[in-house]
Amino acid sequence: MDTGTYGFVVEEGLIFDRSEPGRSGVEFPRMDVPETELPTALRRQATLDLPEVSELEMVRHFTRLSQKNFAIDIGFYPLGSCTMKYNPKVNDAIANLAGFQDLHPYQDEATVQGILQLMWELQEWLAEIAGLPGVTLQPSAGAHGELTGALIIRAYHESKGRPRKTILVPDSAHGTNPATAAMVGYDTKEIPTDPSGNADLDALRTLMNEDVAGLMITNPSTLGVFEENIVEIAEIIHEAGGLVYMDGANMNAMVGVARPGDLGMDILHYNLHKTFTVPHGGGGPGAGATAVTAELAPFLPVPVVARREDGSFYHDFDRPQSIGRVRAFYGNVNNMIRAFVYMRVLGAEGLVDMSRTAVLNANYLKEQLRDSYYLPYDRVCKHEVILTAKHQKEATGVRTLDIAKRLLDYGIHAPTVYFPLTVEECMLIEPTETESKRSLDRFVAVMQKIAHEAVEEAALVKGAPHNAPVTRLDEAQAARSPDLRWRAS
Amino acid sequence: MKYTPHTDADRAAMLAAIGVESNDDLFNDVPEAYRFPTLDLPQGMSEVTARRHFERMATRNATLSTHPSFLGAGAYYHYTPAVVPHLLFRGELYTAYTPYQAEVAQGTLQIIYEFQTLMAELTGMDVANASMYDGSTAVAEAALMAVRQSRGKRNKLVISRGLHPEYRKVLDTYNHGIDIDEHYVDLDAVSGLTPLAAVEAALDDKTAAVIVQYPNFYGNIEDLRAIGDAAHAAGALLCVSADPIAITMLQSPGELGADIVTGEGQSLGIPVWYGGPYVGFFATSQKLLRQMPGRICGRTVDTEGRTGYVLTLQAREQHIRRDKATSNICTNEALVATAVTMYMTAVGKQGLLQVANLCYQRSHYLIDQLSALEGYERLHEAPFFREAALRTPRPAAELNRYLWEEHGIIGGYDLGRVDPALDHAWLLTATEMNSREEIDRLVDAVRAFA
Repeated sequence: MDTGTYGFVVEEGLIFDRSEPGRSGVEFPRMDVPETELPTALRRQATLDLPEVSELEMVRHFTRLSQKNFAIDIGFYPLGSCTMKYNPKVNDAIANLAGFQDLHPYQDEATVQGILQLMWELQEWLAEIAGLPGVTLQPSAGAHGELTGALIIRAYHESKGRPRKTILVPDSAHGTNPATAAMVGYDTKEIPTDPSGNADLDALRTLMNEDVAGLMITNPSTLGVFEENIVEIAEIIHEAGGLVYMDGANMNAMVGVARPGDLGMDILHYNLHKTFTVPHGGGGPGAGATAVTAELAPFLPVPVVARREDGSFYHDFDRPQSIGRVRAFYGNVNNMIRAFVYMRVLGAEGLVDMSRTAVLNANYLKEQLRDSYYLPYDRVCKHEVILTAKHQKEATGVRTLDIAKRLLDYGIHAPTVYFPLTVEECMLIEPTETESKRSLDRFVAVMQKIAHEAVEEAALVKGAPHNAPVTRLDEAQAARSPDLRWRAS
Repeated sequence: MKYTPHTDADRAAMLAAIGVESNDDLFNDVPEAYRFPTLDLPQGMSEVTARRHFERMATRNATLSTHPSFLGAGAYYHYTPAVVPHLLFRGELYTAYTPYQAEVAQGTLQIIYEFQTLMAELTGMDVANASMYDGSTAVAEAALMAVRQSRGKRNKLVISRGLHPEYRKVLDTYNHGIDIDEHYVDLDAVSGLTPLAAVEAALDDKTAAVIVQYPNFYGNIEDLRAIGDAAHAAGALLCVSADPIAITMLQSPGELGADIVTGEGQSLGIPVWYGGPYVGFFATSQKLLRQMPGRICGRTVDTEGRTGYVLTLQAREQHIRRDKATSNICTNEALVATAVTMYMTAVGKQGLLQVANLCYQRSHYLIDQLSALEGYERLHEAPFFREAALRTPRPAAELNRYLWEEHGIIGGYDLGRVDPALDHAWLLTATEMNSREEIDRLVDAVRAFA
């Protein structure tokens, strides 16, 4: 078994340490017009300490920094709820075509029919997969899609005469759900999880009333299981006049499996960067397309891409009930291209195979690891599975954090840890469909080895990582005396 | 199947290990009536077919690389040195996620720290965050932060109509439904600047912030010092949405008293990409640091005393604080922030100043040449930086159509899109991508359109 990704550890200081005043990397064209003076009173007086390095030094700096990173292209990255699947390179090749890249958002629509067609077709595909006919591509990320959805919920209720007060969220929800509800002025109330891992229906019935604007629910839930009562949940909410928002963070288990609209969902955001392979890029950019029922479509942000009878495409701004814009221009268009190329390459059959295989892989890991770790919800999982360090903690005090760090020593990224907050010592493991059986088997072997180490060599696990560019970092000091930027001394 | 690597034997072995007959047995928890619907979508494509298909689609777009363009209005066509995409596409950076495991994300984290430094330095502020979605959402978050930091005492925003019209719409959307009172101030019709008297008249003890764009949407250089002094005298903050290229040469918002500086980072070497992904920057004072939205990276040490970087001050964020968080933002624009960091490093201080000066000089040449034509004159009198509005004898929409159809030139921004009364007004910019020859071609074409 190999012992890690890093054969050597690279030291690399800040770019500012390589800087020499007067050095310049790139030459720009000479001035070819008569010069006019910028009035002195308007001139910048403050220092401008920016890097001044040669191109080679720059290449070395960023190449060396890159070597301190773990990434999908390096190894297995089972980060639950983040869907770290392979990002096909053809997506980038196409997204980077000059014909897609060098387009100004204010060009005349007649000169950008290609990209408008792509955006329109993407809307259609996302509508079909969701079973929800209205789609906006504008949101920049999942949380931005949530904000869009919550604003639509508010606008819908206002159109009925009263915005209502409260949004319900399961206690296992992503933090973005309550944070989003708060941003649009809603209180949140939590629905507890029942022992089998479903939202507690009795609690839901008790909490639901005519002050509740709606429910934000993730399905499959953040516990990695399908919300078995989803149809009934939607009925309870709808009966009292509420709307159901589905957080699509976990759509990787759902494409072609069931259409959220068919299950009674009113609004769904996609994370194109999770489900449809836009690279995560160290934390973004994403793309959070959001789909809604026909009844809610009038509230979608402006503009949406529409098609005329003659087959030409345009931005439709004439939407009087719209919630308005949620960002400038039309969304993260370059990421839409990546997602749509992926969808077109897979096609209907490939997309269903994607979700089927993602679920197969997660269930395989669950069965292989159930003897080594505690399995709080012992039922078929969807594309991710929760295991915990309960046994290890009881035996030797080894915690989930320690296991996460020890995995890094073996060249595997940690799962999502301590989320959902409702499960103690939680590890949320999402293998994705692009991992081979061999890769999964290696993960199983490493996890079993760590379970063994946790008993036999607890100190080794508690001190991990040992083979990363740095050991554990002092987060308390970072927060106590924040050092957030370099300054010239 | 493409991208799913299992052989039939693998699948059989895995299903046996799980103890089910078929893959579909793993979906018995999905209501049967809705399980495995037939998707009305076409079958997949080979990579070759997909490439041809999309390449054809791309040819139906006219690009700025093949047609001269004078469009700006919040998105600017700049040169990206080849070294930037080359490094950006390294899989180690490109296919990593949010640095949740800091020990194996030191590359991403150190780059964020460098990005924060660059944005703080550029804006003249103490600190900056790891990025927001774009310039528009950054200013909306600045407004929310200004209200939040008043701890319930102030809920009014005085907003200049010199702020980008789409940013204003985003502000309206974000502020809808929560108790925030927006007060808009029109620009002075002659100077094209936010009138100080109108700002002063609007300020009161409920005002949380004055929000101004610098230079404003029409290109004019606002007097931030005066507006900031007025805001501060009333106990309000000054929030500035700034053009990062302009403030390399212009007095920085920080020097002029800004409390929160946001902006669109696209012009720092990011392709125009038909509007996104771009990157919002967000900078503030040390005093307001803990009210800032979004991720922040900090420098610290590891157990052996070595320098390292972590995400910090996370008690502000949604995954910890949930409904009490400073924002719901999670995924940001990290890769674009990385590209900006690479761009600013590649061109360096000298290169960036050259780009800014080329923008300044060529825009002035462009506007001077056009203003010399019969019927064309500047809409405003204030000094501008890289973009200015012209009054035109014919509707700007007609001019743009003529330039495109007769000369293959993508013209300027038709200000009639913002205000129907300005349909005879045109907003134009020039960058290092517009040579004098290109500008002269435009001027000759306009001259011929009598």
